[in-house]
Amino acid sequence: MPTRSSALRSVFRINALFIYFFLYAPILVLLIFSFNDSRYTVSWQGFSLRWYGALFQNSILWERCLNSLIIGLVATLIATVLGTSAALLLERHRFPGRGAYMAAVYLPIIMPDIILAISLSLFYGLVHLPRGFATIIIGHVVLTLPFVTIVVRARLRGFDRQLEEAAADLGANEWATFRRVTLPLIAPGILGGALLAFTLSLDDFVLTFFTKGVGVDTLPVLIYSMQRKFGVTPEVNAISSLLLLNSTLFVLLSLRLQKHR
Amino acid sequence: MTRDARGRFSRDFYILLIPTLMWVICFFVVPSGLMLATSFAQRGTHGGIVWHWTLGNYAALGQPLYGKILLNSLFIAACTTVACLILGYPLAYYLARVRSRWRNVLLLLLVVPFWTNFLVRTYAWKFILRTDGLLDRVFTALHLPAPDLLYQHVQFSVFLGLVYGYLAFMVLPLYASLEKQDPALLEAAHDLGASPLASFRHVTLPLSLPGVIAGSILVFIPSLGAYITPDLFGGGKYLMVGNLIGQQFGASLNWPFGSALSYVLMTLVLLGAVGYFRMMGTEEI
Repeated sequence: MPTRSSALRSVFRINALFIYFFLYAPILVLLIFSFNDSRYTVSWQGFSLRWYGALFQNSILWERCLNSLIIGLVATLIATVLGTSAALLLERHRFPGRGAYMAAVYLPIIMPDIILAISLSLFYGLVHLPRGFATIIIGHVVLTLPFVTIVVRARLRGFDRQLEEAAADLGANEWATFRRVTLPLIAPGILGGALLAFTLSLDDFVLTFFTKGVGVDTLPVLIYSMQRKFGVTPEVNAISSLLLLNSTLFVLLSLRLQKHR
Repeated sequence: MTRDARGRFSRDFYILLIPTLMWVICFFVVPSGLMLATSFAQRGTHGGIVWHWTLGNYAALGQPLYGKILLNSLFIAACTTVACLILGYPLAYYLARVRSRWRNVLLLLLVVPFWTNFLVRTYAWKFILRTDGLLDRVFTALHLPAPDLLYQHVQFSVFLGLVYGYLAFMVLPLYASLEKQDPALLEAAHDLGASPLASFRHVTLPLSLPGVIAGSILVFIPSLGAYITPDLFGGGKYLMVGNLIGQQFGASLNWPFGSALSYVLMTLVLLGAVGYFRMMGTEEI
């Protein structure tokens, strides 16, 4: 029945088109209206870069950007080192309690952000840890570490253990083997994981919101409070577009590194 | 290698194990344990914690207001899951059969938004759905009554936002289970006289069932624990269970009740996770 199956095929195609429209329309609308030359954001008043111009002169924004970057870089560094060790441990070693260890490392992925956030917030309160950069960074590491582990493990699984054995046979000690053979081979995985961690850290709102101190805000927190205070405005559209563009670039780069074998 | 000749663990085993283990214990296991203890404690008069053990925080869930929020969250999460399944299954089916060059592009287009800022993507919807927003303007231009979704139908808007937020979690496992099916099975069914509908029902669908279950769990879990979508759309006035938890640590200052709520949510999430790993196997991650 060729007619019926081709009718069916166009149903599938229309469904796919509809879904991709559903996924991208809001993003495109946001992007387009960030160039709108009007305060009343819904009607189009012509193309303008004035909201982006206003952003560049906004010193609060720059400060929040800097905070986000510092937090993102430190959290990424720690998460990458810890996540890579977890990956090596899980791929290379069998030990009692491995299942429990894996659960503790991976669980934050499926935990709703809000639970992770308030359990840390409660913990900080009970041990009287003053809130600031450190408390945010700790949360971001807990959140991003398992993603690094997953990406690096996938990379480790794809490589030939004989290369390491060859290095050992040629007289390299464990550390030299690791540094000269293993590390270069898994480097794309580590970098891909790190980029992912950095993106997740830059984008995080819930954890930051509940673990931050007074005065240490990040870019997403700024976006949140701006939309809370002023509603939907072209400035918020403009920062949001920039943040979206930024994370899209990082994600594409990360996926590219993960695929490269 | 893990152990030396005398059965002891090697030095590099400990180097890999200890720092990460310490971190995870200090900042994940201990906080979760403290939260469990707090859930059995009592609230102090000024918001702190008084360590008198009680089950009252869990019993408070029986109060109509809180019970209603929990049930409502379960309902929205279930609706989101069903909608994602209805939209996602045909898409996964299409992706598994489309020509491979297109397929990679389409998969990439599906995945990329899900790694980008969730807050911003949700905010983008607010721009469309709010009173006199883009949707209302489009309706007005077509001489239809403006739906004013965000204010008149917050619950529906939240549902929409969650479907938008988590659709990819449904499509990817479905795609994985559909893509690895051997086309010869369908040919065999066809040769044996099965109609396309019958071969779908008796071959494709049962074989993709693990994907259906895995995808449903992956959508259900974050939908149930949603915080950003209801907060942004409801302007802080519409509560799902995640928001109720957040409130206990903000304005209400009732940490013990917030902890108990978290544990109820966490138990539901863990049940889902166990189901997921039963379905997919733990070594897959």
